[in-house]
Amino acid sequence: MSRDPLGRPPALILVPACLAVLVLLLPLVVMVASTDLPGLLDQLRTETAREALWLSVSTSTVAMLVALVLGLPLAWLLARVQFTGRSLLRALVTVPMVLPPVVAGIALRTAFGRSGAIGEPLLDATGFAFPYTTWGVILAHVFVAMPFVVISIEGALRSAGTQYDAAAATLGASRWTTFRRVTVPLALPGIAAGMVLGWARSLGEFGATITFNGNYPGTTQTMPTLIYVTRQADTDAALALSLVMLLVSVGVLFALRERWLGVGTT
Amino acid sequence: MEKHLIAAATLVLLLPLAACGDDDGDGSRGGELTVLAASSLTDVFEELGDRFEADHDVEVNFSFGSSTDLAEQVADGAPGDVLATADETSMRVAVDDADLNGDVETFATNVLVIVTPPDNPAGIESLADLANATWVRCADEVPCGRVALGVLLDNAITAEPASLEEDVRSTLDKVVSGEADAGLVYATDAVAAGDDVATIEIPGAESQLTSYFVTSLEQSEDSELAQAWVDLVLSDEGRQVLTDAGFGPP
Amino acid sequence: MNHLELDVTVPGRVSVAMTADPGEVVAVIGPNGAGKTSLLGAIAGLTPAEGQVRLGDRDLHSLPVRERNVGVVFQDRVLFPHLSAVENVAFGPRVRGVNRAEARVAAQVWLERLGIGDLADKRPGELSGGQAQRVAIARGLAQRPDLLLLDEPFAGLDVSVAAALRIELTRHLASYDGITLLVTHDAIDALTLADRVLVIDDGAVAQVGTPSEVAARPRTEHVARLVGLNVIREDDRFRCFGPGAVTVSLARPEGSARNLWQGTVLSAAPHGDAIRLLVAAGPELIADVTPGATRELGLEPGREVWLSVKETAVETYSLAPG
Repeated sequence: MSRDPLGRPPALILVPACLAVLVLLLPLVVMVASTDLPGLLDQLRTETAREALWLSVSTSTVAMLVALVLGLPLAWLLARVQFTGRSLLRALVTVPMVLPPVVAGIALRTAFGRSGAIGEPLLDATGFAFPYTTWGVILAHVFVAMPFVVISIEGALRSAGTQYDAAAATLGASRWTTFRRVTVPLALPGIAAGMVLGWARSLGEFGATITFNGNYPGTTQTMPTLIYVTRQADTDAALALSLVMLLVSVGVLFALRERWLGVGTT
Repeated sequence: MEKHLIAAATLVLLLPLAACGDDDGDGSRGGELTVLAASSLTDVFEELGDRFEADHDVEVNFSFGSSTDLAEQVADGAPGDVLATADETSMRVAVDDADLNGDVETFATNVLVIVTPPDNPAGIESLADLANATWVRCADEVPCGRVALGVLLDNAITAEPASLEEDVRSTLDKVVSGEADAGLVYATDAVAAGDDVATIEIPGAESQLTSYFVTSLEQSEDSELAQAWVDLVLSDEGRQVLTDAGFGPP
Repeated sequence: MNHLELDVTVPGRVSVAMTADPGEVVAVIGPNGAGKTSLLGAIAGLTPAEGQVRLGDRDLHSLPVRERNVGVVFQDRVLFPHLSAVENVAFGPRVRGVNRAEARVAAQVWLERLGIGDLADKRPGELSGGQAQRVAIARGLAQRPDLLLLDEPFAGLDVSVAAALRIELTRHLASYDGITLLVTHDAIDALTLADRVLVIDDGAVAQVGTPSEVAARPRTEHVARLVGLNVIREDDRFRCFGPGAVTVSLARPEGSARNLWQGTVLSAAPHGDAIRLLVAAGPELIADVTPGATRELGLEPGREVWLSVKETAVETYSLAPG
């Protein structure tokens, strides 16, 4: 390792950092060590596991895209436009982040459940309701993941500054054109980071989903839910499934990081 | 004057000691009893706990949860005096991996019923009606789910539920909140829910009885007290409380 | 093209009324904080202001920024970092509806005109200061604006790069038929590029005139410094004399007390063949002395000296800015 001209990292920083690594990695490492490989492969072969994994990955991806389509404009509004109540709106938008997931599920239910304020008229009118459907899972994921997307993107937009917007305006660009051709391209790293965060939060989402959507293989049984019910009957199987989920998450996050968050860094 | 001050100061310093009275469990005045029990026993055991506390002048602490979780904890050596589970498998896990004080006793049974919202919007009258409704039951991996599966098989019902809930309280909750037209829960849950649900009995559900087991634990620090609890549960008084809550005889 | 007539006030910053004809280059000079950049901001619409900005028959002040068609070359360029040089230059035309291919071709032509055609596909981050400045100028001109605003276009550039760019800009502005406002703190820019000079000091117009008028009869200390003259205000008149007309002595000389000052040498630096002294003598005055005299009299910072000038070398002119 070549010498850093600024000197060695101070111990006062290194020690807590190492502790952080320990706290974060030790449980994962031990979990990996406690699983047996044949058991893992067996689990992967079962249809329930594959179904749950596919459901988790697909709903998380769709939810991330929905959160982007809805969240990017909101983030722009919060970052670029002055209006009364802006701080309040920003605070409210981040509430799902701090809500315990089960509470989030209950909130979703009172609004969109089969006997919910919006859900009941919807059911009566169209025969469709969100609970017990994959759409419901996506809705729950969007609810918990969107705040992450909004906050990340708003941060990126703020730090980019308004000078480029001003330059684009003098060149004749409308706000929409500026948004499309200047603001968004420049904020892309922040947007990508927000999307990754949103996707990761979605993947791990459990409490809101199971409260709002229930659990049924193929439609609403995501990986976390499968792990939860499996644990009641077979802890080893649950452990193997947990490891599968861990590997998928780490794999995707690692791959994404290199490609997306590498923009602008060495 | 100085003497009074010293006396007062000493008194003040000694006050905290008075508060450290009763957190050792040696069975005499001011002891503690820890009971690990399946969630479905919550209301009944809390009722019995009040009575036990009055009779024995001890504090009864409960840890309610899934039988599987509790059995695992006991097998791992978690502290506790009594274990009560809602199925045999869990009790075997606890029994096999730890020696017991006293025998394992079965003290109650529970039977599956159908519950609907009070106004029964889907007009459910029997299991057969489930086919046209949005209904829920416990997941196969949990005891109440296994019972439900048995009952459904016995009655040749092939209808699929909208959701397989992780425990019976969630199942009940879906019905109470109006998110499901019907749910399969224990008779005791239906009783506990009172006016929030309408109950429909299932003919022949007795063939899929859930039995409840109780035992005092090896790791108990006061085996006499633990046994006293078991005795209360098995007594006439205990029997009455259980029946009022909707449990069947052992 | 159109005649410019403006009367704007940026509250708390600057208040300016001026006119300009098509093809004119007006240099806006003044000390830092005088309000020059605010003035440009008000004209471009980026700074809130009151008043009116009439360009031809349009009142720009009532229009949003994007409709004003005012080209701006910003002080820190503000080239879009994610676009190449040619894409930056093509941005204006494309936004106004020109199709991609055409806009790109036109942008390439502009880059060639500014001598950097071979840098078309480079990102701003890969360009030197001078190159980036050329791209910024090309971008401003490519949108065919009615009015071009340049904010300190040579700031931060190497002296030689700035010199070269200055000459090229003269050429381009000559062929540009709109009005150009050029903000600068550098006298050379004003003197070489401008048809007229507008001097702003402390939020208001202090002087307007051709470069030579302003240089010969500066009405502000700032411009006086810029052009290397001594200007003293006396009631309602300015008294102006060059540093070469000043006699420096150690003892109090004979002569009219009116043109006599005593003070401490603040600095001494070579200036052409002479040594230019800056003396704090009440007003700050500059005096040129020969290197020999500097040695003989020991003229170094801290020295107490007497300055005098013959009345015949003093030019007096009135206060009115016109």
